Amino acid sequence: MNAGPGGLPTGSPASAKPAPAQPEPAAVAPGLVAPTAQAASAPAAPAQSMSQDSTHAAQAQSAPVQPAPVQAASAQAASAPAAPAQSVSQDSTHAAQAQPAPAQAGSSQPDPGQPGPGLSSSGQPGPALSGPGQPEPAAIITASGLVLRYGKAGPPALDGISASIRPGRITGLVGPDGAGKTSLMRLLAGLMDAQEGSLSVLGLNPATHSRELHGRIGYMPQKFGLYEDLTVAENLRLYSEVRGLPAAERAATFERLLGFTGLAPFTTRLAGRLSGGMKQKLGLACAMIKRPELLLLDEPSVGVDPISRRELWRMVRALADEGIGVVWSTSYLDEAEGCDEVLLLSAGKLLFSGRPKELTSRVQGRVLQVRGLSGHEGGSRRAVLRRALSLPGVIDGVIQGRHVRLVLGAGAPPPDLAAMRAGDEAVLTPVAPRFEDAFLDILGGGPGGVSALAQGMQSKPESGHNMVEARGLTKRFGEFTAASDITFSIRQGEIFGLLGPNGAGKSTTFKMMCGLLKPTGGQALVDSLVLGKGKGAARARLGYMAQKFSLYGTLSVRQNLDFFSGVYGLAGAARSRAVEGMIEIFGLGPLLSASADELPLGFKQRLALACAVMHEPAVLFLDEPTSGVDPITRREFWTHINGMVERGVTVMVTTHFMDEAEYCDRIALVYRGRVIAMGSPDDLKEGVARPELPDPSLEDAFIALVERDDEQRAEKERAQAGAAKSVAAA
Amino acid sequence: MSASLRRVAAIMVKEVLQIVRDPSSILIGVILPIFLTLLSGFSTNLDIDHVSIGLVLEDSSPEARDLAASFTATKYFSVRVAHDRRVFAKDMISGKVRGLVVIPQTFSRDLAQAGASVPFQVIADGSEPNTAQFLQNYAQGVWLSWMQVRAEGKGEQFAQPVRLIPRTWYNQELVSLNSLLPGGMAINLTLIGALLTALVVAREWERGTMEAMLATPVGPLEMLAGKLAPYFLLGMGAMLICLGITLVVFGVPFRGSILALLAVSAVFMVSALGLGLFISSVARNQFVAAQAAILAAFLPAYFLSGYVFEPSGMPWPIELLSRIIAARYYVSCLKTLFLVGDAWALLLPNMGGMALIALVLLGLTLKNTARTVA
Repeated sequence: MNAGPGGLPTGSPASAKPAPAQPEPAAVAPGLVAPTAQAASAPAAPAQSMSQDSTHAAQAQSAPVQPAPVQAASAQAASAPAAPAQSVSQDSTHAAQAQPAPAQAGSSQPDPGQPGPGLSSSGQPGPALSGPGQPEPAAIITASGLVLRYGKAGPPALDGISASIRPGRITGLVGPDGAGKTSLMRLLAGLMDAQEGSLSVLGLNPATHSRELHGRIGYMPQKFGLYEDLTVAENLRLYSEVRGLPAAERAATFERLLGFTGLAPFTTRLAGRLSGGMKQKLGLACAMIKRPELLLLDEPSVGVDPISRRELWRMVRALADEGIGVVWSTSYLDEAEGCDEVLLLSAGKLLFSGRPKELTSRVQGRVLQVRGLSGHEGGSRRAVLRRALSLPGVIDGVIQGRHVRLVLGAGAPPPDLAAMRAGDEAVLTPVAPRFEDAFLDILGGGPGGVSALAQGMQSKPESGHNMVEARGLTKRFGEFTAASDITFSIRQGEIFGLLGPNGAGKSTTFKMMCGLLKPTGGQALVDSLVLGKGKGAARARLGYMAQKFSLYGTLSVRQNLDFFSGVYGLAGAARSRAVEGMIEIFGLGPLLSASADELPLGFKQRLALACAVMHEPAVLFLDEPTSGVDPITRREFWTHINGMVERGVTVMVTTHFMDEAEYCDRIALVYRGRVIAMGSPDDLKEGVARPELPDPSLEDAFIALVERDDEQRAEKERAQAGAAKSVAAA
Repeated sequence: MSASLRRVAAIMVKEVLQIVRDPSSILIGVILPIFLTLLSGFSTNLDIDHVSIGLVLEDSSPEARDLAASFTATKYFSVRVAHDRRVFAKDMISGKVRGLVVIPQTFSRDLAQAGASVPFQVIADGSEPNTAQFLQNYAQGVWLSWMQVRAEGKGEQFAQPVRLIPRTWYNQELVSLNSLLPGGMAINLTLIGALLTALVVAREWERGTMEAMLATPVGPLEMLAGKLAPYFLLGMGAMLICLGITLVVFGVPFRGSILALLAVSAVFMVSALGLGLFISSVARNQFVAAQAAILAAFLPAYFLSGYVFEPSGMPWPIELLSRIIAARYYVSCLKTLFLVGDAWALLLPNMGGMALIALVLLGLTLKNTARTVA
């Protein structure tokens, strides 16, 4: 991994460390003594400020419960001493931050006199944040010094976690895969015991009173925990029986929960036939059968499309408002911003505990967008990003549609646009910080912008034609049409994204493009060669990285590299050069003899990418390449992808991360087996802009386009029904 | 109804719904017993008939041809006749004939001389010891009865030095199927019982439903009881299917009472289901659980239950090992019930053994299921 500019001094002890090192919570603390004034400035007029920034509308939407006037007033009172902070930022920061719900707005404003650090130097969770005259509710979960080990060797899954969680709030358990979220959830649910430390949940010790605890909590495991071969109603009935719901209350409870979740029309449907979003809603309903005091939700939004995700948030928010304590774990950092409080986990350690705004405020004023690059070709954004990341003071950067977003180190001067060669029209615009920016800042910044992988690659010659083409691709499984007349073409050196809800036909299309699935109709071409014909000539030009880890888990890292280099026909000196190159670029040296299964997720993904690109393919297909990985590894991935694209490699990627979609030059939105929209991220966003939503995010665009398609479909069906009726009448 | 019973009942209802909807449970509980019983009934038969032999008729006297006819007439042999033993050399090697009976040139001459030794030769293929033994014995038998008939025809008394009159109890016809099929039933039900529970509990772990259930007030004992009951019924159904086929299709006699059979089988079924539960509480993965069930249930049951090989004839460490195999007790019970009757003096200690094994397995399962998710 390149430490790159991430290693540059940023003024805080934590961020001065090179990127991969996990800072100790204690070391982080000084950087987290947040300028709370800013945080408290929340309810600044949302509508007018939203118009200036595109990134936060989504966040504003994700917590749809508007603060009640009384609460807003109290929040404003709290924000009074913070007035200067408001004028610092010109954009929509606060529209988003205003949202996190009444409970928080009302009760968790810090005492203006005491700027509360999110994390004290002892690693204890933040101090009680009590608003004026509003006593802080007593914690329902208190943990101190929790240590959990699986097996004797290796680092602990949880390493000295201390936190307290309060009722009536959504507490986010945030971190990448492998950070320890599920382990902590299971400890809270009394399904496992920690080796060290003490834990109290609802006043009980989960290790000794788990049965009693289970009667008072609702728990949704990460895997869908309901019986897929039972219907919605049968699952509800089962849970009402095992939770001892009195028979007299059953009818009313079912009616209430089915109405709440919108599942009433589907009571006789098997749970396995529900969509991802409906499954999670049913899981929530089952966990809610007998009103729990504490709701533990382990990654409830995984596999849920953006629309259902918003609904899920709305429901959980309503429950928190009723006073139920909610713990919501997620690897999506944007969800953290919707939480009232967060516990940020990384590699088993608690990096931060407190309100998300406290965390984001640490990078307040340090987040900028380079705008005005629109006159340039798509490639130049990538070059600008690459050059920006090598400037001193820039600790992190990503592409956002046609803009480049940069995070500066603390105290760093604004970066030099000329040094980035951003063009004459380029301007720097301050934007609202996001949770992820602050997370990267804690971790010491992202990797550099230069891809050693791409540097070692030969530039691909100009092909003069589209590198990837889908011509009327159709796939039917029996009666069901998974993909219908999918047509698109990808130019050389373009990043093309396939976006869509689960089950929309994204993966089917992707598999046909790779030649893994034979289309019922139409053609998939790579470099003008038809896949499935010509004995793999087309496939030899392809690098493919599957969504699920698809390497040989029992082989060592080196054996995997050797195997795949052989599979792709490399031999002799070229083969050993390629293998050695990959080992160096991806930092696999110390892990060569480890079996692939034992690798941490980030390294598994690196190895998978290495195996996919070893033969320097002209076309790279990536299926959800960075699902669940930590943000640093994700940036490293995109540095490589951008670098390869600059060398003329063509990339097709499927993703459900809106952040990742922003890297794409063009996106095809797949829904119900059809491409319902295609264009650059900015085209899609602008296409759905309305007066009440003038600057939509990509997620807004996604939702609006899907809903529009649903409406059109419904209209068509009505028209057909009408026509059929009139024919019948005639 | 107490809250605990209500939970057990809810889990039972859920299991029944799943069994009804899931083809794999029906496959294991209904199709597998039919298939296994038919397979074991038709394949495991130690009685031999129509053994292919070559008859080398070097002597063409009427006596020699008469003896040859006696060989051809019996259903135990299927005979090809030739006049030179070299004709069968290749067939002996390839196993197309299992042995040769040679009636030498000197046959009629030796026969004429009083007090001569057996004047013909039997060559058996020793690579199939069972068949070879059978061939030798039967050839001897054919010879003796031919001599007797011949002597009676001449009005002479055929003198035999000692006359053995065998009496076999319980299986008078000495039909091996009668003792093998009841044993086979135990083996098959061991496999069925273990598979039934090994798969369904492993599936709950795999799909995450177990984790969700364990986070409710449902305790491991309730979960276990709720699971055991429906599969117990399914397993007993499988037992009755096996019984029906054994009695009707293969005509094995049954001398005990159905009541005793149900009692013995019930205890056994709990131990077989317990083994499956134990396996899946360790494996938590359907594929591994299925493999483990076959290995841990089927193989020891096959070798150590006394189904084919009597444990009393085994070296003592192996014999000791066979005592922890529930199928051993069940095989003994079933053989008794089929061939002898309700011999409670034998059934009760065996039931005790099975009950003990069942308790240990369920106890271990309970310990493994209790609050250990990872």
